[in-house]
Order: sequence, then C-alpha cells, then structure tokens
Amino acid sequence: MNSLIRWQHPEFASWRSLGGLSGLRDEIDRLFDVPLRELTRTSQLLSGWNVALDVYEDADNVYVKAEVPGMKKEDINLSLHDGSLSISGERKSETSHEGTETLRTERYYGRFQRTVTLPTPVAVDKVKAQYKDGILTVTLPKAEEAKPKHIDVHVA
Amino acid sequence: MDMKGTLQKEHRVPTDGNQRSVEFVTPAVNIFETKDGYVVEAEMPGVTKDGLEVTLEGNEITIVGHRTTDTTTGQAIFSECANADFRRVFEMDPAIDSTRITAKMNQGVLTLALPKSERVKPRKISVE
Repeated sequence: MNSLIRWQHPEFASWRSLGGLSGLRDEIDRLFDVPLRELTRTSQLLSGWNVALDVYEDADNVYVKAEVPGMKKEDINLSLHDGSLSISGERKSETSHEGTETLRTERYYGRFQRTVTLPTPVAVDKVKAQYKDGILTVTLPKAEEAKPKHIDVHVA
Repeated sequence: MDMKGTLQKEHRVPTDGNQRSVEFVTPAVNIFETKDGYVVEAEMPGVTKDGLEVTLEGNEITIVGHRTTDTTTGQAIFSECANADFRRVFEMDPAIDSTRITAKMNQGVLTLALPKSERVKPRKISVE
C-alpha cells in the first residue's frame, strides 16, 4: 500500500457536488438583496476603471459629469467626434516611498475611457469643461437647430 | 492594525430625523504604513473641505463626506453617479497618536495622515 485513501461509500461520494448548488442559491439570494449599483462596483477588478458618468440636458445645453478624483487636469483628454464625446485619461500612481508598506489598495490607477453619444447636435466651438473637486463637468451648448423652437399656429 | 480587514461597519446605522436609515456609499481607499505612521487616501468626488467630517470615537475613526448639492439643472438622460454621501469607519491601531492626525482634501481625494506616537517607534537605547 503506497497511500491510504479514506474509504467513502460509493453512493455518497457523488453527493459532494450538491454543495455547489447551495452556493449558487446563496449567490442568487445575494443578487436580490444587493442594489444593482453595488454589484457593478465590485466587478471593477475585471473590467478596469469604470468612470461613473451622468448625462443631463435642458433647453440650451447638454451636461456630462464624470467622477474622476485625484487627477491632474493635464492628464484628462476630451474629444468630440461625430456626435460622441470621449473622455479618457490616465491616473498615474504616486511613486512609492522607501519603507512604505501598502496595506490596502482599492483605488484604481491606469487608463480609463468612456464614450457617450450625445442626444442632440452641439456647438463644438462653445464646449466648456471644468474640473473641480474630482468631478469633470462638460457643458455642451446645443446647436441652434437642435433647440426647441416655438412655432406659432395661425388660424386662417 | 485592523485596517487590513476592516470594511464598512454597520452596527451603528445612522438615521435621519424620520428614523429611516440613511444610505451611504463606501469610498475606495488606499492605506499605506511607514515606520512613522499610516496614510489613508479616500476617494470622495464632489466633496469639498467644508463637506468633510472626520470624527474619532474610542479607537474608531469615521470619515463622512457630504457631496455639494448638484447645481446642474435639466433632465437626466442617464445617471451612474451615486447621489449619496460617503462614509467609512476604520478601527485604529492603538499606536496612533490621535492628537496629531491631519486631513487634506484635493480634487476629491482625502489624504489622512495618522502618525504613530513617539513612544512606539523603535528606538536605540544606548548602553552606558
């Protein structure tokens, strides 16, 4: 005898796979309890830095708000092409100092890119962008022909 | 130092005046340790120096970031940014000197420096 293998009744040995099913049920329970936003946050590990965006519009402008804290404005690139606004950039990690031990890293470093299709045509030369408190706000004034126009109705 | 394994502690869920529990978002943090102390960087976009609260209670430090109210008007087309304020609680290493903790806010990132008290640092003792 080279090795001792614990004897298991042949019928019960195959039941171990049922453990996987209860794990699945727990996962599905979790799916209903946790708000959807929390789930997408935890998957950042696989998909990279998903910068959160908000897009609003009113009668005159389209606003795009992106949460990109801790960046330098020269590391953020904005470009407008064919009705789509593209925000990209790179956050470089600060150089680690001698004798520093990293206990926890949750912040993402590296490149990110988000592209958003604008709902209406915009006046490209009047676009403004501001970076404040880690939030990039891009104000895109709508092109004249895209603004809602009032049409008078005449009774003949 | 329990900062390695500490996540959001919810044993004391804050409530607003109507006894409903207030929802918070957990900010992402980086924690570093040097021989002189700890550094915690927390991402809280939209929070200014005035919206920040750092409180110490016992051996727990709580950081709360209130977002400045949204000034953009108009109809939302899509919204991914959470509108909740930020909150995170950490258990501190007893070696931290709580009187010398400093906080700095820059572009939505809070940098908290927690120096260790002098007595805990390794010191050479000279032999006479």
